[in-house]
Amino acid sequence: MIQYKGVSKIFGSGPTAVTAVNNVTLHIEEGQLVTFLGPSGCGKTTLLRLTNRLLRLTSGRIIIDDRDIMSWDEVRLRQSMGYAIQEIGLFPNKTIYGNIAVVPRLLKWDEKRIRERAEELLIMLRLEPEKFLGRYPAELSGGQQQRIGVARCLAADPDILLMDEPFGAIDPINREGIQDEFLKIQARLRKSIAFVTHDLYEAIKMGDKIAIFKEGRLIQYDTPEEILMRPINGYIEDFVGSDRALKVLGLLKAGDSMNRDSSNTVNVSANADEALRFMRDKNHSSIVVIENGKPVGHVKKERLRVGEAQLKSIAEPYPFHINVKDNLRDVLSNMLLHDIKELPVVDEKGDLTGTISFDNIHRHIIEIYSQRPEQDNAP
Amino acid sequence: MDLFAFIHKNARECVDLTLEHVWIVGLSVFLAAIIAVPLGILISRNERMATKVLNTANILMTIPSIALFGLMLPVLALAGHGLGKVPAVIALVLYSQLPIIRNTYVGIKNVPPELVEAGRGMGMNRWKRLKEVEIPMAIPVIIAGLRTAAVMNIGIAAIAAYIGAGGLGVFIQQGIARVYEEMIITGAILVAFLAIFVDAGMALIERALTPEGVKISRRAGQ
Repeated sequence: MIQYKGVSKIFGSGPTAVTAVNNVTLHIEEGQLVTFLGPSGCGKTTLLRLTNRLLRLTSGRIIIDDRDIMSWDEVRLRQSMGYAIQEIGLFPNKTIYGNIAVVPRLLKWDEKRIRERAEELLIMLRLEPEKFLGRYPAELSGGQQQRIGVARCLAADPDILLMDEPFGAIDPINREGIQDEFLKIQARLRKSIAFVTHDLYEAIKMGDKIAIFKEGRLIQYDTPEEILMRPINGYIEDFVGSDRALKVLGLLKAGDSMNRDSSNTVNVSANADEALRFMRDKNHSSIVVIENGKPVGHVKKERLRVGEAQLKSIAEPYPFHINVKDNLRDVLSNMLLHDIKELPVVDEKGDLTGTISFDNIHRHIIEIYSQRPEQDNAP
Repeated sequence: MDLFAFIHKNARECVDLTLEHVWIVGLSVFLAAIIAVPLGILISRNERMATKVLNTANILMTIPSIALFGLMLPVLALAGHGLGKVPAVIALVLYSQLPIIRNTYVGIKNVPPELVEAGRGMGMNRWKRLKEVEIPMAIPVIIAGLRTAAVMNIGIAAIAAYIGAGGLGVFIQQGIARVYEEMIITGAILVAFLAIFVDAGMALIERALTPEGVKISRRAGQ
């Protein structure tokens, strides 16, 4: 847990003084990843560097787990937090093992424990320990080095991580991969993380909450959804862009928008006559054909002819299934690509849990935007 | 003129003078390193001091060696060491300051700032950063400074024969006095060979002491 209370940082003095961070108050909850977002010079990196006292506070307080950072010895303070930077900063003269061992050695861990920890971390980051621990940083690709940077930051298992554009130095494709992996690791470890980025997509993807800064001030601090849907002012609106409604789609899950009504499902064993009668009775224009709870295809009313034909042979198979956890941006994109208006949504086991259509998504978005923030509901 | 005959006849003296020469130069570079390497590290932390120290070392370099021996003579004579090895070693130590200080300073300064930043951020104190990151990264440049100093000192030490320091300069100085060509040339050739040999030897040391990872990253950078 990190609390910033009226934190300010002024560089220089007199007429040339620059206020880099201006009276920032914010609270990073235990186990949360908060992204600090804003253009360069907005104070996000300065705020991060104040946290481990790489820079000296001008005023205000920073409290970590109920203890003011000024009451720590600064070297001890830094050893108690993980620190990763954009340039990675792996020591070229040390092996990968030597790099990961830096903080554990400062903390006087014994070598056996460090070795076990290093192996565990590499496995976690999907690098083979026996292949990589003995190598030097220059022998690794950019993406691999970045992973080692993350491993080094996690080495002594700190509760708090400070990360300054930790994935900034790699190409977009590799960045996606390492972001996904890091989110998986974070879901398990639940560290409290301050994560600086200038990339809106990264901030949305990684952050439980986003803090957006402008000229040293904290402008808005909220969940990604709230920031995209209810930007507090024109600056945030401009920052998130006019396509913010589309960005929201990336955050919403198919499971939230889908139609859970399963009354239009027919078992694969039925024949065309039965299906037609069912559709007439229930007034459905199409049905989803299922087998053992799993969707196999769909049938439109106009395609059905009276007869004994089995549904199995008539049903048009779906080009693919949507997972409840897929985001709506991908769902919509797939619908457009495959020119299909409705798709089945399945859970982890592949069982049908609902269907999703353009209409469902549209209605869901309208619903979200029409919700008023809580404070507005107060009488 | 029979150079080989001279060398053959005076083989013993050739070896002795060479060893004496190596001793003077070796001792002076060793003493110089003890002073100049820490000084170079120190001034890499303090820009204003750096300018002063480097300027002073620069000025020392411009004093001709014969003049420096002359200047030291009355001072050291008070302690009974006006002539001989003592003033020679002192002069060589002074001359070595510039290359060693400068290279140490540049080597430490050129450590990529993100390494220092990462080290600080992880909670390495100054000494740990210096010992585990900055010095290992700067070692090739520091050794290169020692190499320059050693090779330069081999040349200057030859002149120190004029103040009775011994070494290969003895052949040259006496050869000139006696107009004995073989003697002069033998001295000159041995000094030259010694310089080449030491230069090559220092290059090997430089390579051996450069951390493996630094070599790999240098190769990768090219």
